[in-house]
Amino acid sequence: MDFVAEFDEAGSRLRLAGDCRMADAPALQRELKRVLTMPPSTLTVDASTAGEFAIGPIWLLREAVEALGARGTVVRFVGQRPEHFAYLDELVAHDGLGLSTHAGEPETGWLVAFGRHIAERAQAWYSALTFGGRVLSTTTTAWTSLKRLRVASVVRHVHETGVQAIPVVAVIAFLISVIAGYIGAQQLRPYGAEIYTVDLVALGVLRELGVLLTAIMVAGRTGSAYAAELGVMKLNDEVDALESMGLNPYELLVLPRVLGLVIAMPLLTVVADAMGLAGGALLTGYLLDLPWPQFVMRLDAAIADTTFWAGMVKAPIFGLLIGLTGTLRGLQVRESSRELGRLTTVAVVQSIFLVIFADALFAIFFLEIDF
Amino acid sequence: MPSVQPVITVRDIVSRFGTQVVHDGVSFDVFPGEVFGIVGGSGSGKSVLLKTMLGLLRPTAGSVEIEGREITRMDERELRQVKHRYGVTFQHGALFTSLTVAENVTLPVAEAMELDEDSLARLVELRLRMVGLPLDAAAKYPAQLSGGMIKRVAVARAMSLDPALLFLDEPTAGLDPIAATAFDDLVLYLRKTLHLTVVMVTHDLDTLSRTCDRVAVLVDRRAIVDTLEGVVASDHPWVRQYFHGARGRHVTAKQEDERGA
Repeated sequence: MDFVAEFDEAGSRLRLAGDCRMADAPALQRELKRVLTMPPSTLTVDASTAGEFAIGPIWLLREAVEALGARGTVVRFVGQRPEHFAYLDELVAHDGLGLSTHAGEPETGWLVAFGRHIAERAQAWYSALTFGGRVLSTTTTAWTSLKRLRVASVVRHVHETGVQAIPVVAVIAFLISVIAGYIGAQQLRPYGAEIYTVDLVALGVLRELGVLLTAIMVAGRTGSAYAAELGVMKLNDEVDALESMGLNPYELLVLPRVLGLVIAMPLLTVVADAMGLAGGALLTGYLLDLPWPQFVMRLDAAIADTTFWAGMVKAPIFGLLIGLTGTLRGLQVRESSRELGRLTTVAVVQSIFLVIFADALFAIFFLEIDF
Repeated sequence: MPSVQPVITVRDIVSRFGTQVVHDGVSFDVFPGEVFGIVGGSGSGKSVLLKTMLGLLRPTAGSVEIEGREITRMDERELRQVKHRYGVTFQHGALFTSLTVAENVTLPVAEAMELDEDSLARLVELRLRMVGLPLDAAAKYPAQLSGGMIKRVAVARAMSLDPALLFLDEPTAGLDPIAATAFDDLVLYLRKTLHLTVVMVTHDLDTLSRTCDRVAVLVDRRAIVDTLEGVVASDHPWVRQYFHGARGRHVTAKQEDERGA
């Protein structure tokens, strides 16, 4: 029999009929709310036609009856008092732990929130410093033997983060250089200076675009992978397991990854530079009818001996930043899967930010030393 | 109890994965209000059987009825209704780590029906009381709880839709003896007060002897079903080793004591 809950205001009578399962809780709750909004002086709960009650709805009924009692309403049961009431009385009597049932953090003032924020920041800086220190100390000891440098592991990471990233990096570098060259050629044409498109593409790709785009692609591809990998290992207690065996997780997990990326980044940058120049050559050949030999001659004139290296020296530094950020964030994961997602995102955003920030510093530095 | 309608009827279940046959004609009934244990060696298909009973896995042949409804050939929508009739706890609790205890416990209710915040908060209180947890656990995250508390929250969540049937997968694994005993008491208390039917997969011989009315032993791709005394007395070599091995001995000894007394 379906459940019916009906509050008759005039007779101040709550009629309950049929079996009440958990799914009927909303219907019951609606009627109880009506009763509670204008509590009568006496309420008759007519359960004479009621069937079996599940424990959840009964609890809601009991709580409502208690609340009514507190407001001075006399509650009378017609038919039987639902059988679970005794059980619930027992449950409530069982403990003296009547504590707050409200979920979530207690509300706090802005000063507390501000202080907590500062403390968290300080903690984050401290942990980043500790991390950096441990990586450094591990590196200095790991150099002493090939075995401790984990060559096989490093090679695997070079393969995964470098070799496997070649197609995407090559395509991106090619396309960006075509786009930059196209815009450049259009701007230079009114001055009859289209030939300088070659300079634009060559300098742009070799000094900045090649390495920067590679770093951003690698941050998205590898920074996130590092953070997620280490984060899952952390959640699985694998990092603790390593440490319990007397092994250094920095030597086994962090160093090979960072080193792998430091090696892979310059290699990828070479690919990006080459594809960028190829894109420039294709564009100028197609748009400016510049034959291939002339492109090469113009290229030779445009770039200095140092141009290529101005881009290339940045590659390992960017690799280092991405690798350290990814592994640090991964190792900071604890407790929950949401943390893992959050820190993976942080790893990507932060490594891209750091790469661009470092690039700006490099630009100023190169300008100052006239490199 | 043959006059009583069984809650679960498992008939001639055959489970085959490729060429590997896990079950070949497993049959048993689970009656209302009983605690039914399932034991078996590693790889004997306990998890497969459990998943089949939950309707998560379709058997190659055979049928499973829950409260008289055949679930092995049901469509999604009907199955969802059946799923509201049972609660499940998993071996490691499977609490959602990004939700608080309160959110974990009310998730099934909040998803299934429209209830206001106040009622949900009250229901959290009820469920925590039912499984004997302090109410201040509500605001905590699973990572802040002990193993025993996690299992209790898992039961609280499984009970949140007031099911008639409770499935427990290795409920006492990883608990210390005190917590495990307390958990057994909880199962018995829930069974007594709410007339729950409980099906548990367990390796814990103490839990088995303290709580289970009847036991199914999965061996040779079939099930031997009997009371614990009956199963212990079985002369199947694996079953003998299971209950009379070094770990099983004190359980069987205890039963012989009881019989003698």
